[in-house]
Amino acid sequence: MNTPLRRVSLAVMVLVLLLLGQATWIQVVKADEYRADPRNARVLLDEYSRQRGQISAGGEVLAQSVESPDPGDRLRYQRQYTDGPLYAPVTGYYSQIYGAGGMERAMDPVLNGTDDRLFVRRISDAITGRDPAGGNVVLSIDPAIQRAAYEAMTRRGYQGSVVAIRPQTGEILAMVSTPSYDPNPLASHSGTTQQEAWNALTEDDPPTLTNRATSETYPPGSTFKIVTTATALEAGAISPQSPVTAAPRITLPDSTTQLENYDGKPCGPGATVPFATAFAKSCNGPFAQLAVQVGPDRLRAMATSLGFNNPALTVPMPVTPSVVGDLDDGASLAQSGIGQRDVRLTPLQNAQIAATVANGGVPLTPNTVAEIQGQDLSSVDTTEPDRLARAFSQSTADTLTQLMIGSENNGSGEGKIPGVQIASKTGTAEWGASPKTNPPHTWYDAFGPVPDPQIAVSVIVERGGNRGEEATGGSVAAPIGRAVIAAALGGNS
Amino acid sequence: MAGPTAPGASGAPGAPGIERPADRTALRPAVAAAVSTRRGVELALLAFAAVITTGALALVEANQEQELSWALLYLGAAYLGLLAAAHLAVRKFAPYADPLVLPVAALLNGLGLVMIHRVDLARIARAASLGNEEPTQEALRQVGWTAIGLVFFVGVLALVPDHRTISRYGYTAGFVGLVLLALPAVLPASLSEVNGARIWIRIGPASIQPGEFAKILFVVFFASFLVVKRDLFTTAGKRFLGMTFPRPRDLGPLLVAWGVAMAVLVFESDLGTSLMFFGIVLVMLYIATERISWVIIGLTIFGAGAFAAWTFVSRVQVRVSVWLDPFADYNGRGYQVSQGLFGLATGGMGGTGLGAGRPELVPFASTDFIFTSLGEELGLVGIAALLMLYCVLATRAMRSALAVRDTFGKLLAAGLGFAIAWQVFVVVGGVINLIPNTGITAPFVSYGGSSLVANYALVALVLRVSNAARQPAVEKRPGAVSGPQQAPLAPLAEASTEMVSRDQVRTPPQGERQTAAGPADRAPRGRTRGE
Repeated sequence: MNTPLRRVSLAVMVLVLLLLGQATWIQVVKADEYRADPRNARVLLDEYSRQRGQISAGGEVLAQSVESPDPGDRLRYQRQYTDGPLYAPVTGYYSQIYGAGGMERAMDPVLNGTDDRLFVRRISDAITGRDPAGGNVVLSIDPAIQRAAYEAMTRRGYQGSVVAIRPQTGEILAMVSTPSYDPNPLASHSGTTQQEAWNALTEDDPPTLTNRATSETYPPGSTFKIVTTATALEAGAISPQSPVTAAPRITLPDSTTQLENYDGKPCGPGATVPFATAFAKSCNGPFAQLAVQVGPDRLRAMATSLGFNNPALTVPMPVTPSVVGDLDDGASLAQSGIGQRDVRLTPLQNAQIAATVANGGVPLTPNTVAEIQGQDLSSVDTTEPDRLARAFSQSTADTLTQLMIGSENNGSGEGKIPGVQIASKTGTAEWGASPKTNPPHTWYDAFGPVPDPQIAVSVIVERGGNRGEEATGGSVAAPIGRAVIAAALGGNS
Repeated sequence: MAGPTAPGASGAPGAPGIERPADRTALRPAVAAAVSTRRGVELALLAFAAVITTGALALVEANQEQELSWALLYLGAAYLGLLAAAHLAVRKFAPYADPLVLPVAALLNGLGLVMIHRVDLARIARAASLGNEEPTQEALRQVGWTAIGLVFFVGVLALVPDHRTISRYGYTAGFVGLVLLALPAVLPASLSEVNGARIWIRIGPASIQPGEFAKILFVVFFASFLVVKRDLFTTAGKRFLGMTFPRPRDLGPLLVAWGVAMAVLVFESDLGTSLMFFGIVLVMLYIATERISWVIIGLTIFGAGAFAAWTFVSRVQVRVSVWLDPFADYNGRGYQVSQGLFGLATGGMGGTGLGAGRPELVPFASTDFIFTSLGEELGLVGIAALLMLYCVLATRAMRSALAVRDTFGKLLAAGLGFAIAWQVFVVVGGVINLIPNTGITAPFVSYGGSSLVANYALVALVLRVSNAARQPAVEKRPGAVSGPQQAPLAPLAEASTEMVSRDQVRTPPQGERQTAAGPADRAPRGRTRGE
C-alpha cells in the first residue's frame, strides 16, 4: 500500500499549494483593493495612530494632532484647529467620514508622512524607533494680516473674500472667505458630531464650506479695467493724457444697447477728458471703446499671461480657472472691457493682477506653502519664488501704478493710512438675473506702499455688503483693503 | 506491494528466510548498534523552535510597547520546561522516533501562543479603554493546556509501547468516537451550542470539543477495521472507465460513514467536522484498497449529501453564500470573513510585523481565525512558513507510514498525518475563503484546549509509529541477541523504498554487511534519507 501512501502525500502537498495559491491571490493580487476598501478600518486606524503633521503660519499652530483625551477612543490622535473659522479656508478640514479639504487634502502626503521628500526621515524613524509621524507644513500666511482681513469682514457682517499676495514672491499672505466655518466638529471622532456638523455646513446659506478665494468666480466689474488698460498701453493705443470720450453713455457696437457710467453722469464737463481722469473716475465708455480698439485676441492674451484660463493652478489647493468668456461680437467685447458680460475671476486672480502691476509686470505663481518640515521641525523643502513670463513692460506697470494712484486719491478715502501711498482700482459689478436691482458685488484691488509695494490685495464684498444697491467698491470694499494693507505695514486696522 | 502485513513479521537478524524480496526494506545492510536515534537533532530543533518563539514574543512586546514582565519570563520558562520534558519522554519511550515531528509541533504551538498573547494584549487594551474588567488572558490558559497536552503526549508514549497493541481496541475506539461525535447533538443546546454550532460539551467552566478526540479515535478504528476487513473492499466488481468499482452490496461501511458525516452536518450544523471525518475515511479507504474508485464513489455521495444539506440546512446556505461573496452581507453574515480578508490583505506579502497589526478587528482572532491574525502580522511569507510546517508534520507521518512494516501502523500513521493536513486545509481554506468557512481550529496554533490536547496525543501516536519504523529490530527482541558482534537489522526508516532500484538492493557481500557501519555505508544512498 505504498503507492497510495505516496499519492496521498502528493495530495497533501497539492492541498498546501492550493492554500498558498489562494493566500497569494488575497495577499498579493487583491491586496491593494482590500487594503483601500473604505470598510477596512485598518487604514483609518493606522492614519489616526500616527501623529499627523501640523499646519502652522508665522509661528502660530493652526492645525495639529494631539493625543485623544478620551482613553476609550479607538483613534489615538485628535485633530485640532486653533482659530478654526479664521483659517478654515486655508487649512480646510480633516474628517473621518467626509475626507479632507483645503490644505489638509492638498498636502495630505506630507501631513501623513508618505511624501517622498520625507522618505529619508521615515527610514531614520524606523531605525531610531521613533514613532512614525507626518511632516509639518508652514504657510506663507501672515497671521496679523489674515486676522485683520477676517475681522474687517466679519465685524461688518460682510460676505466675501480677501486675498493678499507679496508681489515679489507670489506668497499668499492672507486668504479669507466669509462667512467661514469651524473645522473642529468635522474632525470629531464621534460620527454623530461629524454628521450633524456636515449636514449643517452643507446647508448653510450663504455657503460656508466654499473657499471663495479660490473656488468662486465673480464678475470683476471695473477692476478688470486694469487688464483692459494694460492691453491698450502695451498696444500703444493710449496714454494717460490721451483724450477720451466723456459722454455719460455710449451705444455698444453691433447693437442698440446703451452702456452708461455708474451713476449715469458724464465723465467731465467737456466732450473729452484725459484718459487718466476717466481711469480715476472709472468711466465706462472709454474702456468699452478701448477693448474694441485693441481687439479680442490681445485682450485674451493679456488675461492669459496674467493667469486666466489655467486649470492646472494649485496653491496647492486647486484653483478654479478665471475666464474672459465670449468676445465674439463688438458688444460683448465692449462689455467685457469693463469687466462685465462673461468675464469671471476668482479673488485670488484679481489679487494676482494687482500683484503683477506692483511687481513691474512680472507675475509670480501664487503659493500658500512656504516650507515643509520633518517631524522634528527641521526644514525639508522650501518654496522658491516662481517667476512667470512677463505680462507687460515695466513702463506699462509704472503708468498703471500712476493711474491707480489717481484712482485711489479720487475716492472717498475711508481708512486711508497717513503717509502711505496706495495704488488701487475699485469695482462695482452687476450680477445675476436682474443686475440693475441686485445689490452689486463690490471690489477693491490695491497694492502699497508706492514705491516699493509690500503687499497686493484684492477684496470682494458680495451683494453690496451693508449698503444695498448704493454700494460701490470705493465705499464698501476699499476700507477693508486699506485695513489689510495697514496691517501688513505694521499698523493696526 | 504491501509486504507482510502481520504484525511482527520482521524476522530475527541474520535469519535468511525473512529477507523476502517483497519486503524490500528488510534488505538494507545491517548496521551496527551505532544506529543514530537522532535525539540530538530533535533537541537542537526544539531549541531552535524555542529561539523563534522567544524572538516572536519579544517582537510582539516591542511593537506593543509592553514592558518585559516576570509573568512573561515564567511563560517562556514554562514553555521551555514543557518542551524539555517532552523531549526527555521521547528519549525514554521512543528513542528512535522521527526527530522532526515534535519540534514542528512545538514551533506551531509556540507561534500560536505568541499570537494568542498578542490578541490578549489587544483585548486587554480595548477593555481598559472602555473601563471594562480585564479579560482572561487566553495565553496563560493555553500554556496550561499545553502542559495538559504534553501530559497526554507522554502518557500515550508511556502507555502504548507498541502501536500494534491499540489495534485491539479498534471497535472500542470507534464506539467512543461515535459517542463523542454524537454527544453534542444529543445534549441540550445550552450544554453544546457555541456560536451556532453544536460541537461542544460544556461542563461548568470547562468546555471541550469532542470532535477533536473523535478524529483520532476514528483513525484508530478505521485502521484496525481496514486491516481486518480489507478483503471486503477489494472484492472485484465491475470495471468502468479503467477503474474497478466495488459491488453495491460492499458499499455498506462507506454508507455508514457517509450517514454519520451527514448526521453531523445536519444535527450539529458543523460543516467542518463533517468534512474532516469523511475526508479521513475516504483517504484511509483508498490507502487500504489502492482503489481510486472508492474515493470517487465517496466524493459523489458526499457531494450529493452536501448539496442536499445546502438545499435544506440554512446554516450551510449561509456559509456558502458568504463564501461566494463575503462582502455581499458585509455587516451581517459576511463580516467575519470580510474582516479576515481585509486583515490578510493589509498584511500583504511581508505582513505588518508581529504586534503591529490589528488582528483583533476580526472576530475569533485567536481561535478559528487565528490564521488571518498570523497572515496580517506575518504576511504571505509567514502563512507560507506555517503551511510548510504543517506540510512537514503531515509528510513525516506519511513517511513513517511508508517505512513501518505492519499494515495497521501504515494506516494509523497515514490517517493521522492526513488528518492534520486535511484539518489545516479545511480551516485555513475556510478563513482565506478558498472553501466555505467552517468552525474548526487550526492544529496546535488556535486557542483551544481540546484541540491542543488531542493533537499532542495524535503526535505521540505518530512518534510511536515512527519509532517502530526506525527502531533496529534487535531492540524489539532483546532476548534474541547473543553477542555484540551480531548487529541489529538496519533501521527501516533509513531506507526509502521509493528510491531503491533493483540494482541497489542487490545484496552486498556478506562481509561488508557485517562490518560496514555508519555513514560511510549509507553515503551512496544518502539522498534517500530525507532526515
